[in-house]
Amino acid sequence: MTTWIFRRLIQAIFVVLAMTVIVFIGVNVIGDPVEILISPQADQAERARAVIALGLDRPLWEQYGRFLWNAVQGDLGKSFVFNEPALRLIAQRMPATMELAVTAVLLSIVLGIPLGLYAGLKPNSFAGRSIMAGSIFGFSLPSFWVGLMLIMVFAVQLGWLPSTGRGQTATLFGVQWSFLTRDGLAHMLMPALNLSLGNIALVLRLTRAGVRENMPMDYVKFARAKGLSPVRVVFVHVMKNITIPIVTVIGLEFGSTVAFAVVTESVFAWPGMGKLIIDSINVLDRPVIVAYLMMIVFLFITINLLVDLLYTVLDPRVRLESRE
Amino acid sequence: MSHTLTVEGLATHFHTRAGVVKAVDGVSFHVDRGEVLGLVGESGSGKTVTGFSLIGLVEPPGRIAAGRILFHGQDITALPEEELRQLRGNRIAMIFQDPMMTLNPVLRIDTQMMETVHAHAKVSNAEARARSRDALGMVGIPSPEERLSAYPHQFSGGMRQRVAIAIALLHRPELIIADEPTTALDVTIQAQILAEVQKLAREHGTALIWITHDLSVVAGLADRIAVMYAGRIVETGAVVDVLDAPMHPYTAGLIGSVPSRNKRGTRLRQIPGMTPQLINLPAGCAFRTRCASATAECEADPPETQPAPGRALRCFHPQAEAS
Repeated sequence: MTTWIFRRLIQAIFVVLAMTVIVFIGVNVIGDPVEILISPQADQAERARAVIALGLDRPLWEQYGRFLWNAVQGDLGKSFVFNEPALRLIAQRMPATMELAVTAVLLSIVLGIPLGLYAGLKPNSFAGRSIMAGSIFGFSLPSFWVGLMLIMVFAVQLGWLPSTGRGQTATLFGVQWSFLTRDGLAHMLMPALNLSLGNIALVLRLTRAGVRENMPMDYVKFARAKGLSPVRVVFVHVMKNITIPIVTVIGLEFGSTVAFAVVTESVFAWPGMGKLIIDSINVLDRPVIVAYLMMIVFLFITINLLVDLLYTVLDPRVRLESRE
Repeated sequence: MSHTLTVEGLATHFHTRAGVVKAVDGVSFHVDRGEVLGLVGESGSGKTVTGFSLIGLVEPPGRIAAGRILFHGQDITALPEEELRQLRGNRIAMIFQDPMMTLNPVLRIDTQMMETVHAHAKVSNAEARARSRDALGMVGIPSPEERLSAYPHQFSGGMRQRVAIAIALLHRPELIIADEPTTALDVTIQAQILAEVQKLAREHGTALIWITHDLSVVAGLADRIAVMYAGRIVETGAVVDVLDAPMHPYTAGLIGSVPSRNKRGTRLRQIPGMTPQLINLPAGCAFRTRCASATAECEADPPETQPAPGRALRCFHPQAEAS
């Protein structure tokens, strides 16, 4: 187990390294930030000073080497625009995105799994068919459009829910959170639902497929032949078998939820990381872009590691293989 | 005297788009306390569906269309689902064919055993665990205490089937339905399991219905035999009588196709053709298309006759004396 984790960590380091190279080259190709940052009236000398100040006069490999050296010490560079450490900028915006993404994933579990179970157990019922038909909208309607429609209906027409911002926040561990206040929750409901629609559909369909696949299995029939109640058969025997694919997908989807939050955050003016990265790309604020992408990579690696660890809890057959 | 189980005219039909599949069509038999009934037939003869019908586990689109299943005189086809559930695994247990598939791969053995105990008895966890351990010991699993915390994949096929049998035995059922439980196992393991089950059934006075296609298993294990063909029982009787002097041409054909030492050098006989499609089966004897003695008379349903005490037959042309 320890060797396994150790090996995974070493793999992770290589993934991060490869990622930095790609990102570093990528941001150097997309444009020259100096053109955007300095005023149009600046003369040649001023321009040269700015280039030197940002360290852009050095060859690319040297810039990369410096970046790497600083990164190892926990410094991902200073934002060209805000003149603040990029990491701090991201950290300030991260809680907003995280609470949105976590709520969205929770919604997809809380709504997706029960609906999927129902559709899987009663595949020919009207409700079961309706759930499946409805789920098609969940993953095929573009998220920004659904967001706009939600605002139209619930904020503009009905006036039930606020449409922009995080609302009132409360402090926990020195960070501002919306989910701690009633007003904050009201603000979060629509964006979280919007963000989770695709995931709800995905989890729902996956659960249904798992139920449909597992119900005819011999172990289910044997469990029933033992005289177990239908509740126990479904929620213990079948559920435990279908959680494995569901956990994988939810884990992977959490990463993309954070990444896709960009769209939802723009629609609902949610002050999260997504808004920051869009602005940074517009002004070619390289350190922030690099730091953000590094964060996302780090997030994916962590989630994948956690999912793999969860496997060993959920599926006893995996545990044995990792021990060998 | 009332039998442990009496089945009268059981019919289990599957309503599919292509038509009605009469998997079981008018089956009657009985088993007594401590008796082993061998239910023999080819694949698709309806023996497994008969087994599932007995514990009310026929899946839609199948359903019991007619007949009564009397367990100690009580018709269980009329029971509500909850009362059936209380019977299952408690007074009527079932063992399945493929031990690799019957245990839930992600639950530990103790979970799967203790939940069975808890399903029918209000006992503490410690008591449930003790009962599970004892049951494992009874079916010959070494160091049952440690094995309780193992997962199914840590057992071999034979051991898994023993676990399944132990689960079936947890509540000392009055009736066990065993659906080809040794088919998927090695012959040596098969013999061990057979001996084990026979001993347990005898000791506890359990009635046993052993569903199989293997006549040699039935010969060594069963007291009586019922031969199924295309959803019907074509011949019943004591094992010795039926195997020595089969009267139905199908039974005779089955026996003829088993290789044995005293038939060395002669060609094995085989039954020509194959089992009929059960969808929209025409009236009359279903075996007539494969039968050498068939005549025009066989296009009518052969009635059940009793050619000898304890024997029943559905055939217009009983075999005189075959061996």
